Amino acid sequence: MQVSMSVNGRQVSGDVEPRTLLVHFLREDLRLTGTHVGCETSYCGACTVEIDGKAVLSCTMLAVQAEGADVTTVEGLAQDGQLHPVQEGFWERHGLQCGFCTPGMIMSAVTLLQENDNPSEEEIRRGIEGNLCRCTGYHNIVRAVEYAGAKMRGEEPPPAEWEES
Amino acid sequence: MSSTSVLGGVVRRREDPALIRGGGLYTDDVKLAGTAHAAFVRSPYAHARVVSVDTSAAEAMEGVAAVYTAADVEHLGPLIAQAPVGALRPLLNNGTVKHVGEAVAMVMAEDPYLARDAADAVEVDYDPLPAVVDLKESLGGAMKVHDDMDSNTLVTWAGPFGADEDALAELRAGIDAAKSRDDTVVVSQEMINQRLIPVPIEPRSVLADYQAGYGRFDIYSSTQIPSALAGAIGRYFGMALNQVTVKAMEVGGGFGCKLNVYNDEVLTAYASKQLGRPVKWTETRREAANSTIQGRGWVATATMTGTNDGEILGFELEGIADMGAYSQNFTVAIPFLGLFVGSGQYRFPTYWKMDCVTTHTMTTDAYRGAGRPEAAYYLERIIDMYSREIGMDPTEVRRRNYIPASDFPAAVSPMGFAMDTGDYEANLDAALESAGWSGLLAERDAARAEGRCVGVGIATYVEVCGFGPAPLVDLGFSWAEYQMPSAFNGSGLVRIHPDGSATVSIGTGPSGQGHQTTWAQIVGDGLGMDVERIRVIHGDTEEAPPSIGSFGSRSAAVDGSACYEATRKVQAKAARIAAHLLEASEEDIEFGDGGARVAGTDSSVSWEEIAKTAYQPHLLPEGMEGGLEAHAIFSPGNATWPFGTHIAVVEVDPDTGNVQILRYIGMDDCGNVISPMIVDGQIHGGIAQGIGQALFEDAVYDGDGNLLAGSLMDYILPTAADLPFFELDRTVTPTDINPLGVKGIGEAGTIGAAQTVVNAVVDALESLGVTHIDMPLRPRRVWQAIQDART
Repeated sequence: MQVSMSVNGRQVSGDVEPRTLLVHFLREDLRLTGTHVGCETSYCGACTVEIDGKAVLSCTMLAVQAEGADVTTVEGLAQDGQLHPVQEGFWERHGLQCGFCTPGMIMSAVTLLQENDNPSEEEIRRGIEGNLCRCTGYHNIVRAVEYAGAKMRGEEPPPAEWEES
Repeated sequence: MSSTSVLGGVVRRREDPALIRGGGLYTDDVKLAGTAHAAFVRSPYAHARVVSVDTSAAEAMEGVAAVYTAADVEHLGPLIAQAPVGALRPLLNNGTVKHVGEAVAMVMAEDPYLARDAADAVEVDYDPLPAVVDLKESLGGAMKVHDDMDSNTLVTWAGPFGADEDALAELRAGIDAAKSRDDTVVVSQEMINQRLIPVPIEPRSVLADYQAGYGRFDIYSSTQIPSALAGAIGRYFGMALNQVTVKAMEVGGGFGCKLNVYNDEVLTAYASKQLGRPVKWTETRREAANSTIQGRGWVATATMTGTNDGEILGFELEGIADMGAYSQNFTVAIPFLGLFVGSGQYRFPTYWKMDCVTTHTMTTDAYRGAGRPEAAYYLERIIDMYSREIGMDPTEVRRRNYIPASDFPAAVSPMGFAMDTGDYEANLDAALESAGWSGLLAERDAARAEGRCVGVGIATYVEVCGFGPAPLVDLGFSWAEYQMPSAFNGSGLVRIHPDGSATVSIGTGPSGQGHQTTWAQIVGDGLGMDVERIRVIHGDTEEAPPSIGSFGSRSAAVDGSACYEATRKVQAKAARIAAHLLEASEEDIEFGDGGARVAGTDSSVSWEEIAKTAYQPHLLPEGMEGGLEAHAIFSPGNATWPFGTHIAVVEVDPDTGNVQILRYIGMDDCGNVISPMIVDGQIHGGIAQGIGQALFEDAVYDGDGNLLAGSLMDYILPTAADLPFFELDRTVTPTDINPLGVKGIGEAGTIGAAQTVVNAVVDALESLGVTHIDMPLRPRRVWQAIQDART
C-alpha cells in the first residue's frame, strides 16, 4: 500500500505491507532509527513519537494509519543545530545512561511541557509514567524535565545537585 | 560547564550528544545490505518430548532462506559455559525440551515479519511431561529435570570458604551452644528472594556478517562481553581470534543478562556463514523474558542467635537456589558470590549453605548484584527481626557487631575472605546524621499517633566487586572456554596521534555507565589534556585489547586502572620528549593545560608539538623509538569491598495494602569517585532496581512451568510515579587494591535497597503484628498479611 505523511517537516511516502507498524516504517524505510522498540505491548514507551501534537506509541499504530499525519521523531527536535530544551536538559542533568529509552522519554516530555510548561514534580512523574527507564531510577529524568521547563519559560534552570554542594 | 578534566569533577557525558538526537547506533540500528532476518520456534512447554518437527510448509514459503533444526547444528556442540556443571544448553533442541521458550528451530527470511510467519508455520508435535518447578521438590529429587543426571542438585556451596566438614561441624556446634545459653534468643525465618527478569529496555540483538572472501566475521551484538563473544565464535568455527571482530556498539542496558554468550549469537553466526549473507536476530520482549537469563530465585531460612543485649553469636543461612534448566555462563557461580559476602560487614560466626538445584525453567545467571543482593537481603532482614525481638535499636545492633575499622587493612571476614578497606561505623553514623535518624523516628511516631502506618527501615551492606584477582582462576572461575586465558584482567591502550589528540581503546562493554566520559577523565587528568581531545573506543574487539568486559562493578576498578597505568607510560615518554624540547630535566616536567611545562617556569610545550616530534624519530632524543602510545594490563591483588547504609521511610495504606516510599536516603562508600554525577546516577538506578524487587517484580512460573510474567504487562517495573527523589551522600574510604582508589558502584544501590524497603514496611506494620512478608510487597500481598496478622 502507498502511504505518505510528513515526518520531521519533510513529506515522505512509501510502499508498505498493510500490517507494517509505523515504528518499522520509520526505522526500516526511512532509516530514522532514533525511535526504538522495547516491547510489543505498549508498555515501555521507547517508541513514542509526536503525531499531530500528541505523544503516540508508534509500535501500536500501523504506518497506514498515519496517512497524511504530521509526525515528529527525536531526530526532528533540534532546530538549526540547536538542541531542543528537553534534549539539553537530558544532557545537562544526566537524564540518560544507556540512552535506549531516551528518545521516547524525550518525546513524552516534549508533549508534557507543551501542555503544561510549569509542571510540579508529581505532574512530571505522572506525565512520563508511560515511559519505562531501567537505568536512572527516573531521578535525573525528572530533573532534566524541570530544567527544560525552566528554559522554555525563559527562566534560569535550578542548579544541578552536584553544583549545590 | 567546565570541560576541564579533573578526577572527581563533573564532565557532561561524551556519550550523550548522539543519544539525545536519536543518532546512537544500537545493534538493531545497523543495516547491512542483503540481510536475512531470523526468528525462533520455541517450546510452549516446560518439559516435553519433541515427537516431530515438520519444516516443509515454512521452507516452501516465498522469501524463506533456510530453516534449521537440531540436526543441522548438532555438530557445533552445546552452548559453552564458564562453570560447566550440570546440563549444557543445546543450540537447538529436538530431543526433550526443558523450559518454556527453549529454541527448537530457527528460520531465516527476507524480512522480520516473514520470518515470524515462517516460524509459525513450523509444525512441532510435543509429548508433554510433568515439570519440576518448586525448589524443595527439585531438591527432594523425586522427579529428575535431566534423566541422565544423578541428582537435581548441581553443587552445594557451604561456608566459611575453605572450611572442611569438621570445621563446619565445629562452627555449628559453637552456634548451637550459644542457642542453649540462658541469655540468648534465636530468631529464624524462611524467606523467598524471588526470581527476577533483568529487562534492559533494549532487547538483545545480534547481526552476524560472514565475509567469505576474507574468511572472517564481523559480529554486532548487544553484549557486555565483546572479547569473550569473539573468543567463543572463534572456538565454534575454528577461526583465529584475529578473524573475528565483535562490535558492541551502543548497548541499551544489560544488568548482567548480556553477560552471556547465547545460542542465538552462535546460531546467527552459523546461518550467516551457511547462507553467505548477513543474518540478524532481535529478540521480542517475550523472548527476553523466557529465553534470556533471569536472576535470583532463592528460598532460604535465616537464623540469628544473639544475646539479649545485642551481641550476635551466630548467623546461619540454609537454602536452595534455582539454577533453571541449563548452566550458561556463571549460573552455579552466582550463589558463590553470595557466599563471599555471607557475613556482610559483621564479625559474628556465620554458617552458610546453599544447594543449587536445576528446574524446568529458564536458566538463572548474573542479574545486577548477582548473589550479593540475595545474601544481604537474608542477613539484613534477620538482623532486623533479631533487633525487634530484643527490643534494641537496629542501628545499635549493627554497630555493635561490625568488623571495627581498626581491623583494616588486615581484616578477614568470617566467611574467610581478606577485605581491602572499610569503616562501617563511620558510614552508619554519616547516614544517621544525613537522615536525621532520631527525627525520622519522632516523625514516624507522630504519624502513627494520627493513625497512619508509617515505617522506617535501615539496612547496611558490604559488597564484593571489581573482579578481580587472578587467583580466582584457581577456584574454577576461568574464561578459558571463551579463549580468554587471562580470566579477570583489565586492559587499556592510550595512543597519541600526530596532531596531539588521543584515542583510548578499552575492552569493556558498557551499557550506559558512561565509560567514554570516565575514561577520558582518567586519561585527561594524567596527561593534562582537555577531554574534548580524547576519544574513547569501547566494545570493538578489533580496536581494543581484550578485557573480560563490563560486569560485577569491575570496569573502573580494573580496566580503569589499566588505563591509568597506560597513561603513566605515555606520560613518562612524553616527559622525556618535552624535556628534550625544552632543554630541561625530565624530573622537572609536569603536565597540565594541554601540554607539558617545566615546573615553576613559563617554559612549556603543547601536546601538538610533543606528538609531532614523537612521530619524527630524527628529532627525538638519541636512542628513543618513534610513536607515542602504550598498552597496559592490570591484574588486581584482591576484589574491592564497597559498603553503605540505606534508609527508607514508607507509608502503608492498611485498607489497600499499597506501599508508598516517602523518603529514600543512601550513604554509599565506593572509595574514590571519578565522576560524582555518574556515580550518583549508578546508585539511583541501582536503588530503583532494588525497590523494583521489593515492591513490584516477580518472574513467577506456575506449577507446570509456564512463565506467567512473560511480558511487561505482567512483569511490573517501577515507573517514575512509583519512586521518590533519592537523597544521596557518600563517605570515601579509598581502596588500596588499585592506583585509582576506586571500588566500583554499578551494583551497590541494588544490593542495599530491597531489604531496606522491606524492613521499613514491616516496621510500618509492627503494631498490627506483621513480622515478615515475602517480596514483592504488592498491595494484595501486604493487605493479606495485615488480614492474617489480625486473625
